[in-house]
Amino acid sequence: MAEGAIKLGGKKKKSTIMDMVKEILPDGGNLNACLTCGACSSGCPATGLEGMDARKFLRMAALGMDEEIMKSNWPWMCTMCQRCIYVCPMKIDIPQLIFNIRSRRPRDQRPKGIVASCDMAMKGETLSAMGTSVEDFQFVVEDVLGEYQEAQPEFADMEAPIDKKGAEFFLNQNSREPVTEPDEMVPLWKILHTAGVSWTYGSKAWAAENYCLFIADTENWKKMLHQQADMVHELGCKTYLNTE
Amino acid sequence: MKNIYEYYAKWIREGKLKPSSDWNKDLKVKFTLQDPCQIVRKSFGDAIAEDLRYALKACVGEENFIDMTPNKSNNYCCGGGGGFLQSGFKEQRLEYGRIKDSQIKETGATYCVAGCHNCHAQIHELSEHYEGHYQVVHFWTILCLALGILGPNERTYLGDDLKGVNVFHPESEM
Repeated sequence: MAEGAIKLGGKKKKSTIMDMVKEILPDGGNLNACLTCGACSSGCPATGLEGMDARKFLRMAALGMDEEIMKSNWPWMCTMCQRCIYVCPMKIDIPQLIFNIRSRRPRDQRPKGIVASCDMAMKGETLSAMGTSVEDFQFVVEDVLGEYQEAQPEFADMEAPIDKKGAEFFLNQNSREPVTEPDEMVPLWKILHTAGVSWTYGSKAWAAENYCLFIADTENWKKMLHQQADMVHELGCKTYLNTE
Repeated sequence: MKNIYEYYAKWIREGKLKPSSDWNKDLKVKFTLQDPCQIVRKSFGDAIAEDLRYALKACVGEENFIDMTPNKSNNYCCGGGGGFLQSGFKEQRLEYGRIKDSQIKETGATYCVAGCHNCHAQIHELSEHYEGHYQVVHFWTILCLALGILGPNERTYLGDDLKGVNVFHPESEM
């Protein structure tokens, strides 16, 4: 007796990365939109690392090589700097693909250094990846300010306000200065003082760094942004000013 | 949501800040500039890159600024962003930065201004690793130097050539 007809394509795995690639194409595009011109790879400093480059990566995704892609560490060596999409004639968003692939790795298998920095930021109210507390930040700012007001009398009236309601600018601050090189905060304070600018730090959510974004932890990234926005609104500041 | 580079230029244009490049007239110390991907290409475009150049030139003298090629929105990432510095892939990160190091060396500048902390850390490491020995500085340091208000303890990232130039309250050195 003849067996039933062989069903073709039954073993074919569905490529989920392929679906992602489709999503990141410009509106109405399809995979043929990639001209394979290589403009992305030729202007990318990550080309050649791990034997990979942007064009190859996109082709692998298009070919459904999901397993190989998920094994590769290259998505952590692309900085998502967007030079590839900037030069791409078809505006294919490879950095978004990289971000999505980062987010598909189980969290405990993503680079430990970045995960730890994200976790540290989420532990406290300051969002500092170095774990600086509200009190420590306030102490170091006031301490350094006092020293300079005394040592440089021209700046005796200089301020470094925290939670000043109604200030025009809400300044963010990378944790590196208050934690490891507090004197480096001073030049910026002097510039703002000299220009006669109304500004403030927040006691909370002042940290400029955002490792949750790098680790592709969208949920915590969103939480951080909300905490920052809440602080700015609470103080009634007009502008969130990024200092780096 | 704004970036301070825009305001440095605005405050100089409005006369609220009056930097002078006189300190560099005879010294002729050369500066180049790293355009941070996040601020230039990814957020505000060439306009803010022009603002930063305007402000930097006002501080060091037009003739002492040398651009990298390519630059602004077309600039190469230094390799410090996206978490690369914390990812544990140091060897690959330094390899990634080779192109940035070459760009800086080709300008002949002894100082590279890096406004972004990730760029700052990465380019500093590139300078040591590839032995270019150029200095990496925040813009606020150079602006205060040109305003004549940079004290002796605010010069961590200046080289020996500029440690003693235009010092504000030298007696406060610690």
